[in-house]
Amino acid sequence: MRKRDDQQTKAYESHSLKRRDFLKAALATGAVGLGGAALLRFISPADTEAADWGSPNALGAKHWGLVIDVEKLNRFANFSQIIEACHAHHNVPAVNDPKTEVKWIWQDDFEHCFEELDNAYLSEDIKAQEFLVLCNHCENPSCVRVCPTQATFKRDDGIVCMDYHRCIGCRFCMTGCPYNARSLNFFDPRPYIKEIDPDYPTRTQGVVEKCTLCVERIDQGLPPYCVEASNGAIVFGDLADPESDVRQALQSGLSIRRKAELGAGPSVYYLIGGGVPAVAGGELNA
Amino acid sequence: MLEKALHGSRRYYIWLAFLGALVIVGAIAYSRQLNYGLGLTGISRDVPWGLYISQFTFLAGISVTGVMVAIPHYLHNFKAFAKVVILGEFLAVAAVIGAILFVVVDLGQPARVMNVLLYPSPWSIMFWDIVVLGAYLLVSIVIGWTALAAEKKGLPVPRWAKVLTYLSIPLAIAVQTVEAFLYAGLPGKDYWATAILAARFLSSAFASGPALLIMICMIIGKVSSFKVLEKAIDALAKIVLYAIVINVFFFLLEVFTALYSQVPAHQVSLTYLFFGYQGHGNLMPFMWAAAILAFIGIFMLAVPKLRHNKKTLVVALLAVFFCGWLDKGLGLVLGGFVPDSFGRVMEYTPTVNEVLIISGIYGIAMLVLTILYKVVIAVRRED
Repeated sequence: MRKRDDQQTKAYESHSLKRRDFLKAALATGAVGLGGAALLRFISPADTEAADWGSPNALGAKHWGLVIDVEKLNRFANFSQIIEACHAHHNVPAVNDPKTEVKWIWQDDFEHCFEELDNAYLSEDIKAQEFLVLCNHCENPSCVRVCPTQATFKRDDGIVCMDYHRCIGCRFCMTGCPYNARSLNFFDPRPYIKEIDPDYPTRTQGVVEKCTLCVERIDQGLPPYCVEASNGAIVFGDLADPESDVRQALQSGLSIRRKAELGAGPSVYYLIGGGVPAVAGGELNA
Repeated sequence: MLEKALHGSRRYYIWLAFLGALVIVGAIAYSRQLNYGLGLTGISRDVPWGLYISQFTFLAGISVTGVMVAIPHYLHNFKAFAKVVILGEFLAVAAVIGAILFVVVDLGQPARVMNVLLYPSPWSIMFWDIVVLGAYLLVSIVIGWTALAAEKKGLPVPRWAKVLTYLSIPLAIAVQTVEAFLYAGLPGKDYWATAILAARFLSSAFASGPALLIMICMIIGKVSSFKVLEKAIDALAKIVLYAIVINVFFFLLEVFTALYSQVPAHQVSLTYLFFGYQGHGNLMPFMWAAAILAFIGIFMLAVPKLRHNKKTLVVALLAVFFCGWLDKGLGLVLGGFVPDSFGRVMEYTPTVNEVLIISGIYGIAMLVLTILYKVVIAVRRED
């Protein structure tokens, strides 16, 4: 080993490369390398696809989505259990300040979630009806469009993901998201995590995070935590497949989406129900 | 030529020391923010952009001043601007450096800033913003420095530098346009989603920037033997007048659309800014001040007697400059976040630490400006 090192040293000396020239050459090579790599990425942004950390059991879909059955949610599900299941497993810090809090899934009332549907004569019960809100995993996500580093990206199965190691914390995605679904780590989140789950990474100060639709579980063949903890109130499936549970659920009645008029294409549907069921031959209208 | 910045009067050194103190205090404040995180600022989950981004937007606007001097001089052969062109280019340099620093201190992970170039995202306006700002900075430095070196040797500006100047004109327009596109293309942000935003940015920049340049020229006239021609100052003052009138007109177009259509989404930010919304109205006094300043500025610049008197001219220019700062450097960014997507209002108040960082960056920008102008004045004194 030492002999080889000596040889290398000699070879280096025999080249009698001047230090300055060497530095110049190194700089030039570096610049070309960096520029070339950047150019390659510019031409083919293929590296935004997630690494293959799935198992053979991974669930596949063209367009993952959620249908939240509002009636079932309020009758059979426990909001805080659902939120806790998500936040505990994903090491979401419990920051008790509305300015700096981090949340992936949370609850809010009809009056605020569906502001545009509010009216003066709406019953107080409906105004106060609680909903669960989370990242909508939009078909046409503006957060992905505005991100200057592709740190947030959309997978082929429709899930909008985050690369916490690439995010520079510019918060353009937070401004661009019309659902306020994103949170910045305004400081080191670890002191605010009650019990760290070693199966999921914690985040660092200065990066943005949000719901990932439990991409790590889907790739292992498991449903998202919120779905699992919802007592059947949240249905999960492939929106592109007419036979899927989500599509069946959407057939059963009226469903609404948050701010669908903005064109982002939210993939989280709220099933209100109450629609006229498909009565044979439209007799009611006759 | 840079060595000329090393020799100056006592007053010059006191000024440098003052700016140096601002920078040091700002650096200490920034090191605190680096350690703790952006939680040390007033920004929040609902108002993720605050004074850093709004100052960035405002300074990027100031940077286009160079072009407002270069166009009459190079395209229309307006000789009175001959001695002002270099000042305009160097003002652009200082402003772009300040603007870029505001973006850097705004990042949660500033060490990763190179990811923007490493993973270029052509569909992200932020990427294009960095491209045009970087290019404009480079072009402004080269043009300014080359023109000054030519002046020192008593030679005409080389041809290639003139070509570069022509290039800098669309580049400066691009800086403001891309800057506006950062805001104007976001779904759900109705205060910003207006086709006229880039035009508003340009008119506001062409008012505030030249207003600042005139005041700087007056200060230079006081502290050195270098005098800018009266004709040049009056021409610049007219540019400021036209630009602020156009800016106010564009703003009133927004007000018409909002008030006459009565569509809540178009109205709510303006209502919040001028009359308060849901009991929140922190920005009301600032917005009314901006409106009053705009009219004071327009009136005083439009009356020739007041425009030709140095003392009243300064009042008018200060009015225009601060009107631009309040409108673009405060109301525009903050107003766009009200209300949030749930219809609630979260207000933003900057922290002391944040303000110290901001004054530190303005300190750096003014330091760059002072040193570059010192060199210009020293070169011209030799003639």
